[in-house]
Amino acid sequence: MSFLDYAPAPESTAILSLKNEYGLFINGEFVDGNGTPFATISPATEKKIAMISSANEADVDRAVAAARAAYDNVWSRMSGSDRGKYLFRIARLVQERARELAVAESLDNGKPIKESRDVDVPLVAAWFFYYAGWADKLDHAGVGPNPASLGVAGQIIPWNFPLLMLAWKIAPALAAGNTVVLKPAETTSLTALLFAEILQQADLPAGVVNILTGAGATGSALVNHGDVNKIAFTGSTNVGRGIARAIAGTDKRVTLELGGKAANIVFDDAPIDQAIEGIVNGIFFNQGHVCCAGSRLLVQENIHDEVVDRLKQRLSTLRLGDPLDKNTDIGAVNSAAQLERIRTLSDIGEAEGAERWSPDCVLPSEGFWFAPTIFTNVSTSHRIAREEIFGPVLSVLTFRTPAEAIAKANNTPYGLSAGIWSDKGSRILAVADKLRAGVIWANTFNKFDPASPFGGYKESGYGREGGRHGLGAYLKPAGSVRQVPSAPAADLTTSAAPAELAATEVAAPAATEAATTKKKGTK
Amino acid sequence: MSRLAVPKTYKLYIGGKFPRSESGRTYEVTTRSGEFLANAAKASRKDARDAVVAARSAVSGWSGATPYNRGQVLYRIAELLEGRRVQFISEIEQSEGISIEAATAQVDEAIDRWVWYAGWADKYVQVAGNANPVSGPYFNLSVPEPTGVVAIVAPQKSSLLGLVSVVAPALVAGNTVVVIASEALPLSAISLSEVLATSDVPGGVVNILTGSPAEITPWLASHADVNALDLTGAGDLDWIDLEIAAAETLKRVLRPGGGADLAAPSLDRITALTETKTVWHTKSLI
Amino acid sequence: MTETTKAVVPRATALEMFDGPVTDANLRRYLEGIPGVDAVGLEQRAAGLGTRSIKTTSKKWALDTIIELIDLTTLEGADTPGKVRSLVAKAITPDASDPSTPRVAAVCVYGDMVPYAVQALGSHHSRGTDSGINVAAVATAFPSGRASLAVKLSDTADAVQSGADEIDMVIDRGAFLAGRYGQVFDEIVAVKEACRRADGTYAHLKVILETGELNTYDNVRRASWLSILAGGDFIKTSTGKVSPAATLPVTLLMLEVVRDWHRLTGEKIGVKPAGGIRTSKDAIKYLVTVAETVGEDWLQPHLFRFGASSLLNDVLLQRQKMTTGHYSGADYVTID
Repeated sequence: MSFLDYAPAPESTAILSLKNEYGLFINGEFVDGNGTPFATISPATEKKIAMISSANEADVDRAVAAARAAYDNVWSRMSGSDRGKYLFRIARLVQERARELAVAESLDNGKPIKESRDVDVPLVAAWFFYYAGWADKLDHAGVGPNPASLGVAGQIIPWNFPLLMLAWKIAPALAAGNTVVLKPAETTSLTALLFAEILQQADLPAGVVNILTGAGATGSALVNHGDVNKIAFTGSTNVGRGIARAIAGTDKRVTLELGGKAANIVFDDAPIDQAIEGIVNGIFFNQGHVCCAGSRLLVQENIHDEVVDRLKQRLSTLRLGDPLDKNTDIGAVNSAAQLERIRTLSDIGEAEGAERWSPDCVLPSEGFWFAPTIFTNVSTSHRIAREEIFGPVLSVLTFRTPAEAIAKANNTPYGLSAGIWSDKGSRILAVADKLRAGVIWANTFNKFDPASPFGGYKESGYGREGGRHGLGAYLKPAGSVRQVPSAPAADLTTSAAPAELAATEVAAPAATEAATTKKKGTK
Repeated sequence: MSRLAVPKTYKLYIGGKFPRSESGRTYEVTTRSGEFLANAAKASRKDARDAVVAARSAVSGWSGATPYNRGQVLYRIAELLEGRRVQFISEIEQSEGISIEAATAQVDEAIDRWVWYAGWADKYVQVAGNANPVSGPYFNLSVPEPTGVVAIVAPQKSSLLGLVSVVAPALVAGNTVVVIASEALPLSAISLSEVLATSDVPGGVVNILTGSPAEITPWLASHADVNALDLTGAGDLDWIDLEIAAAETLKRVLRPGGGADLAAPSLDRITALTETKTVWHTKSLI
Repeated sequence: MTETTKAVVPRATALEMFDGPVTDANLRRYLEGIPGVDAVGLEQRAAGLGTRSIKTTSKKWALDTIIELIDLTTLEGADTPGKVRSLVAKAITPDASDPSTPRVAAVCVYGDMVPYAVQALGSHHSRGTDSGINVAAVATAFPSGRASLAVKLSDTADAVQSGADEIDMVIDRGAFLAGRYGQVFDEIVAVKEACRRADGTYAHLKVILETGELNTYDNVRRASWLSILAGGDFIKTSTGKVSPAATLPVTLLMLEVVRDWHRLTGEKIGVKPAGGIRTSKDAIKYLVTVAETVGEDWLQPHLFRFGASSLLNDVLLQRQKMTTGHYSGADYVTID
């Protein structure tokens, strides 16, 4: 027998007790949605896990009204220390139910259990723990003494880190004194609903957090709701653009955490074995469904062959399969739509002349799977070197000098993250200075921490999540009344036309165009 | 017999030079009561484009200068403004039709504001940045950096103070600027560009356009090489469309200001035009 | 199982690589030109490998393999012929209750105990064949290595002459840390020569780096290269007398060197973590690390060993649990 074919080591699903159907979480209880319910499936098997409610505009109204009432009557009046105590409670409950949440996440999202267990869920608890402590220290948040919360925050999160993104959004919002209406991604609602149960266990006052499941239209209704004061969105740049348009002219605050095409730069003096690990972690972590993934490997030309060779060898040890198996390194692609996009772009890469390579790898017959893939011979003009693939696909490019590496790294409309691998401290710091990206990892990659701000430059969005900066995004200076003059002959805060927010990467340009036109029409 | 004065030709300020509008257009600047003061250049979209090119090419030098150096260069501008105090007061008195006391107060406040911002150049990073105590063996630091090229619509009802209040904070961090001056009150802006040209500010760091904000701003709002759009003085424009246009490349947008002072001095005005960069580095003894 | 390595001293490939004499300066240039190690990344990779979950059939195979890879060790000042005989008995029959239990690879003793070990092993002694149990002897003024070269060589020759199949030597960490790479190199070459038997065959040479004293990962990597270049058949982490002894990151790093050497030359060098590995759970992490770094080929006694003593009983307890389905107890395995 081969030892490396480790016997199956599946995590038990017995820890989960799921309902057959889930309602919307509004004002502290689960209620039926007015939209058409939809099934959430396991991407590894395509089997149905549960039925999920869909929120329509009336449900969004209900949820926002609940959040507003909770804001006015309870949460904004509560002392910071009490708000903090609720958040501490939530952090502890997440820890207590960690394994259950990890199993649910892997089941619903397709990510390997070792990641949901060792990365996602521990970070979720850490996020609540970190911001819990901020709740009664807002004077030090960097927005002046006695800052004010914003009100009701509408939060829309993606499917790649469902529960973690929820934590990134909810923890700072609540610590700062806001109430929340959150919409998880259509394909990954499950852990948000389990989280709602945690909120019930924590006895969080009703309406402080409301969770609306549904597709793009639900998010759209939330973004355009007149009584929402802040929009926080993580997702594709196209949808982010639509949101930026939709909130134009309002006094809504916005944080957008969007796409990326990060350069991972490997110099010839890099600690080579760790660099290889970093490259692998950079692009194959979470099947490459990571906005800050190191999808463009920029390797110094004189070590290109060796790096590619070592990389291929390393990829051959990656184990693809059942997300719930503790030894799985690469899980399932989250949805059929995403798989299609990865396939399409990879085929384009091949057609454009790049050389495609994947290790021998048996893909399960059911579910959505894509083998880890490396493209060599890629030039900067190839689409696979420019567009976010959001899958386990690495494009390898070369450079000759540090200046060329920097120029190539920055040659993108995105600016979320970047990696630098070198043994030379002075060079690392100088390169880090010149990279136009919000998060730079030197001799490491894909590290996250609640104390560390995260967010992008340019088309990767604006605002930061995490750390003191992330808290500031939910606060305004004391006594500040926003004095945005209303647009000539129109009050858009109440009559904003809905912008179409597609759930997937492809935000229909026609729809957003229409929104723009409509808005003009209201004037 | 009184001496015949030599009037000034008012031109644009782009890339450290004083071109006329490429369109050849000018417009009449008058006193409040309608008396002719000057013909100002009426910038076109191509002038705006040229200004963005100049601003972009100045980014690396200006943002790469040491903060101490930037602070000194900015302070030097205040020194030069002080030297031309009388000229500015007189221009403002004429064009705004206000008392000499009011004009003096505006110029003094503008100079003082400039000094206040100059002093931030080597400090704002300390106040807005953070050392982040992450739970792992990492050195982790967040620092604000300039966002790049900032297009600004200056407050329209103020000659100098409004302009200074939006340009100075953008420069502190190392951004470069394309600013559209007050359409009706452009003379101080042009005189300011003369100050900038004789100061140590590299050409292209500040580019000043006169003309119609309504005509030029859409081109800047939609320009893909502009990183941020400061609409402080755009309250009377169709600014919502400008914000929508800026969304195409996810520009940072400062919405129009309100209140008496559209752009009161604040650290926020500096940090609003910065990006926070977080750098992680592994840390180990062995 | 002793490999009769053809005597080329130092390793022929080293001479080829330097294309000239192996001098202090050449060695320094070579070793210091090797890419550095980022400790954080190395330790994270090791931790990641440590999360592999080895169950059922894989676990059963792993437990048996661990036993087959053990150098059952006693290195006490209080060692006596009786203690060594007891150790040997355990090596031959690890679990009296289960005759299917495999035997360990070798017993590891001080040089003066070699005759007792050979005698106790009797017909079970490998004596240069691929079956049976080897006798390994620590030598070269183990554990400190602080003696003259002459003493170290005679220490080695003495053990070989007494029937040791394997010599576990220590490098001169003082010389290494002082930058006298040439001296360390020459000493390994000389000890290897002292491993030569009358018939021209060689005892297997394991080179102990004492990674706990080298301290940094960069040093461990350089010392690993140095030892291989000089002709070591195995590189071994520790004497067991210095803390920290074997760790998973250090072993991973040494395996990476061995993997790179194999890429470069096609030669297979062995790795022996020693000291501090006490549980089956830990040992399985090492197996995983070997398999995923250099490949399963290395999970054989001539390429990988555990230097351990208490590990064996823990493996036996786990093995009993897998056989009987219930947890066993300390009284159901023998103390040696």
